[in-house]
Amino acid sequence: MEDHVCIQNLTYNRGARRIFDGITLRIPRGKIVAIMGPSGTGKTTLLRLIGGQLRPDTGTIRVNGKSIPDLSRADLFAVRREMGMLFQSGALFTDISVFDNVAFPLRVHTDLSEELIRDLVLIKLQAVGLRGAAGLFPAELSGGMVRRVALARTVALDPSLIMYDEPFAGLDPIAMGVIVQLIKTVNRVYGTTSIIVSHDITETASIADYIYVISDGRLIGSGTPQEMLSHESPRVKQFVKGLPDGPVPFHYPAIDFADELLQDRGSS
Amino acid sequence: MVSYFRQLGQFLIELISVVGRAGAVWWQAIWRKPELKNAGLVVRQIYQLGVLSVVIIVLSGFSIGAVLALQGYNQLVKYGSESALGLGVALVLVMEIGPVVSALLYAGRAGSAVTAEIGLMRATEQLSSMEMLGVDPLQRIVSPRLWAGFIVMPILALMFSIVGIWGASLIGVNWLGVHEGAFWSSMQEGVDFYSHVMKGIIKSVVFGIIVIWIAVFQGYDAQPTSEGIAAATTRTVVYSSVAVLVLDFFLTLVMFNF
Ligand SMILES: Nc1ncnc2c1ncn2[C@@H]1O[C@H](COP(=O)(O)OP(=O)(O)OP(=O)(O)O)[C@@H](O)[C@H]1O
Ligand SMILES: [Mg+2]
Repeated sequence: MEDHVCIQNLTYNRGARRIFDGITLRIPRGKIVAIMGPSGTGKTTLLRLIGGQLRPDTGTIRVNGKSIPDLSRADLFAVRREMGMLFQSGALFTDISVFDNVAFPLRVHTDLSEELIRDLVLIKLQAVGLRGAAGLFPAELSGGMVRRVALARTVALDPSLIMYDEPFAGLDPIAMGVIVQLIKTVNRVYGTTSIIVSHDITETASIADYIYVISDGRLIGSGTPQEMLSHESPRVKQFVKGLPDGPVPFHYPAIDFADELLQDRGSS
Repeated sequence: MVSYFRQLGQFLIELISVVGRAGAVWWQAIWRKPELKNAGLVVRQIYQLGVLSVVIIVLSGFSIGAVLALQGYNQLVKYGSESALGLGVALVLVMEIGPVVSALLYAGRAGSAVTAEIGLMRATEQLSSMEMLGVDPLQRIVSPRLWAGFIVMPILALMFSIVGIWGASLIGVNWLGVHEGAFWSSMQEGVDFYSHVMKGIIKSVVFGIIVIWIAVFQGYDAQPTSEGIAAATTRTVVYSSVAVLVLDFFLTLVMFNF
């Protein structure tokens, strides 16, 4: 069967900065695939490229066999109904309640009765432990709660592909366990293809079927969680073990630190 | 000299690109007419943009009508023609002050709110997350505001004129003692629906389209930062006020056969 998402030779620039420099990866249908990499390498950017919110400079991006950059606006919106994306910031609609946020995609895309929608929304909220918060507004929630509501909204339509941008950030250990379980369940019950962007090696390794590590615009390693943990490449090793020193840069590209300090001295 | 030309060139390119982007937003949104199922969205915007502007329109219309009556009376009474007060006030309000001042108020009250709202939605990724839920913000957010803004403006302008005339009659007739019959009959005889009222309505329709278009585009195109939204809101008020005044000149030139 064809891969759900297929990316080939992708390059993408932000102004003069090259974010991706020829990335090729495949996301098989029904699997949980993790994309890892240091902060600022472009993981969120990659999800936006898959979702068609950004256009690649060169290379192909196919979802369900459809070339995303070539779709018309209307077709793109049709394809997105089959996708879900959990934003890093949650991005809830601030002028409507938690309940209405989760109901939003159901009301727009289906003709279900209000009672049925109510039941579905309560089921999704129950799953993230926030049924009691249905009447609150996003401004009244904590950061972790916002992300859990956003998760409920993302899965509301049971999309066949879900992209999770940092689903574990800002969650306490209990909520984290619940969310990990939820992602697994959604994947298993609905056969949802899941892409998880995360820094949490342990959590991610526990649920991912396959891991891609991106750094400096290139794919530096990929494999099953076991393979990654025993990977011989020094760059992957450094990232997986969380060592600050090594070939993977922690810093945003810059001139030498000492030079910059001296430069300021000189000019003042 | 060279740098002057370069700056001019950059400015022109920027101008063309802004106008192009604004045109694209407008064009794409206007054809995404809200479906019947979503009529509620337009109604809600009519409330936000129109109904919530009524108080400021009524207060301003009344004050301006009253002032016109005071000043007009002072001049007309010198020639013993204060009975023409009703006609004068009505013409000035219906053709000029009603459409223009209500459009300026509308830009300040409703336009700025639309820009800030959409800009903040952009900054907080609400527009992005809506896109990823398969809902086009041009249809869901922009289009209802364009349509509502466009429907509401002529109504507000008419309301402004009517309240202004009422204010003038209170001052002129009830206070300064202009003959009531003369006040209203001069107005009835002198004001023609097609050559005066209709042209005022056309003006306010044009102003409505321009103001709401600028407001929506500035919000949609705003830099997603606090300064970006502040600057966009300012631009909405400044650009639409200038646009209204300049357009008023040209519309008057064209419609009143100069
Ligand atoms: N709107 C933008 N304009 C210019 N550059 C941007 C913009 N958004 C992101 N970038 C740059 O693109 C790069 C990748 O950003 P991205 O948000 O994809 O990183 P990330 O891998 O998701 O990081 P994190 O793990 O911290 O979320 C960053 O270096 C950032 O500086
Ligand atoms: Mg990110």
